[in-house]
Amino acid sequence: MELTSDPVLRADDVSVELGGLPILRGISLTVHSGETVALLGGNGSGKSTLVRTLLGLTPLRRGTITLFGTDLDDFKRWSRVGYVPQRSTINLTRAKVSEIVGSGRLGHRPPFLPPTRDDRQAAKEALEVVGLADRASAEMQHLSGGQQQRVLIARALATRPDLLVLDEPTAGVDLEHQQILADVLAELLRRGMAILVVLHEIGPLAPLVDRAIVLREGRVVHDGELPRSAAELHDHHRTQHGGHEHETADGPQRGSGPHVAGPLDLRSGAES
Amino acid sequence: MIGILSYPFMQRALLAALLTGLLAPAIGGYIVQRRLSLLGDGLGHVAIAGVGLALLTRQAPIPVAVVVCVAGAVLVEVLRQRGKATGDVGLAILFYGGLAAGVLMSAFAGGGTGALSQYLFGSLTSVTSGDLVLIGILAVVVLVPTIGLAPQLFAVSADEDFARVLGLPTRFYNIVVVVLAAITVTLSMRTVGLLLVSALMVVPVAAAQNLVPGFYAALGTAMGIGVLVSVGGAAGSFYLDAAPGALIVVFAIAVFAVSWPISTLLARRRTAPVIITEPADHSEIPTPHVLTGTHPHHHGDPDCDHQAVIHQDHVDYVHDGHRHAVHRDHYDEH
Repeated sequence: MELTSDPVLRADDVSVELGGLPILRGISLTVHSGETVALLGGNGSGKSTLVRTLLGLTPLRRGTITLFGTDLDDFKRWSRVGYVPQRSTINLTRAKVSEIVGSGRLGHRPPFLPPTRDDRQAAKEALEVVGLADRASAEMQHLSGGQQQRVLIARALATRPDLLVLDEPTAGVDLEHQQILADVLAELLRRGMAILVVLHEIGPLAPLVDRAIVLREGRVVHDGELPRSAAELHDHHRTQHGGHEHETADGPQRGSGPHVAGPLDLRSGAES
Repeated sequence: MIGILSYPFMQRALLAALLTGLLAPAIGGYIVQRRLSLLGDGLGHVAIAGVGLALLTRQAPIPVAVVVCVAGAVLVEVLRQRGKATGDVGLAILFYGGLAAGVLMSAFAGGGTGALSQYLFGSLTSVTSGDLVLIGILAVVVLVPTIGLAPQLFAVSADEDFARVLGLPTRFYNIVVVVLAAITVTLSMRTVGLLLVSALMVVPVAAAQNLVPGFYAALGTAMGIGVLVSVGGAAGSFYLDAAPGALIVVFAIAVFAVSWPISTLLARRRTAPVIITEPADHSEIPTPHVLTGTHPHHHGDPDCDHQAVIHQDHVDYVHDGHRHAVHRDHYDEH
């Protein structure tokens, strides 16, 4: 990570207003290559607005955003970025999977020309990564929610990005499909991709997450290891003032009572 | 049927209908994908202002209406992109203002609303050879980007945010779609008419979506349906002595009405549970035990879309026309 010290994505003091109301206030964050960053927070905390702002879909009020070292306003190499929007916001029921994934190549394709062999190959590989190669000619409306989500990931992968941004990929997806989704993302990480993922609940993606950024009322309240419990996520200030480890993380033998040393303690200390 | 081809005005009318039937569903596919099915109707109202202006200034109606309608379409789209037309009120004022202005200008020109009616519902006798040349040229102007830019227009219409992150000039493509729609609406005023053109943009697309899977296949099928109903409606209206627009739209809706049960039939074949009943077999001859070949796919997984079939006491999966049954670590052919 020291070699790629330039972050893939950097936001400095980003503020956003929608309809005159402050939504994001002074947000700074970075995503490095090969890193998975989870963006957490409750409803209305500004997660989705932040992602849209980082991709230039929502205008900034204040602050700067750089993608791959270039200011967002001057950024042109959009094929390095793969975006997976919230599934519920788009209208693709009648289209075929291959048509949807193929549209992910348009950043590479000049207008009026048919797709090249490379375009077809990239779309095919993207569908293979998400395990839906045999569904290329299926209609989107005949797939389950989890499969539709993977089609949208394949569409974003077709451009062969270095940074993948996912907005609530697990929303409305059952646990079994969430696990498949986690396996797909693990494979992408293995290939060195940087991933920024908005999550409402962490679920099966927890083992993949290197760093969690927790938003609350448009501010970053935590940037570091994944919070271990929902209480910590939603009531974060308690963890900042200490005392947390003794309450939940450890077993009963290290409770608040007087400590009696035993032979096992010595051994476990030697191991660690 | 051959008889009507001997009239030059019918030859022109049928050619104009053919081009309209080709164009309207083509651009309609993107309009429906963007969930703006009624945009064509609104643009038709704006085009009426153009017709009124043409009557008032004694110009040819199609060129003036094209200019007015394209200007109105660009205005609507720019307002939408700036977030100023999120409420429908702005659009309503523009559209009905266009209709009112058209009627007023027509009245000032001395024709009253009667002069307008041939543009509202189409008129077979009104297609001049000059009109036909202009319709032909503008049809090419519309068809080239509609087909050549199909992947780009599809991506922008289906998921604008994603298209923007791809780096596509989404604002430009959105304006292209509404400008092409405006030209198509105006060209259609000789055949289906400005009040009914929206139906020809939307209904064949809806019917085609019922019949064939996939966006591009549906687009092509919709264009075929459009040609069929337009030419059929124009020819039929000659015999009925009715405005062609009404008959074209009735034909289009008839095709949609037929496509509906077909689509539910297709959908049922995909999802309905099937129970296989076999005649009781008392012959004591055991069913041969046939193993499937190598089988990397696992039936019953979340990804499995093979039709599950209840077969006696177990579940088979329909797979390329035959059935697979789970048997220990392999599948049997049933």
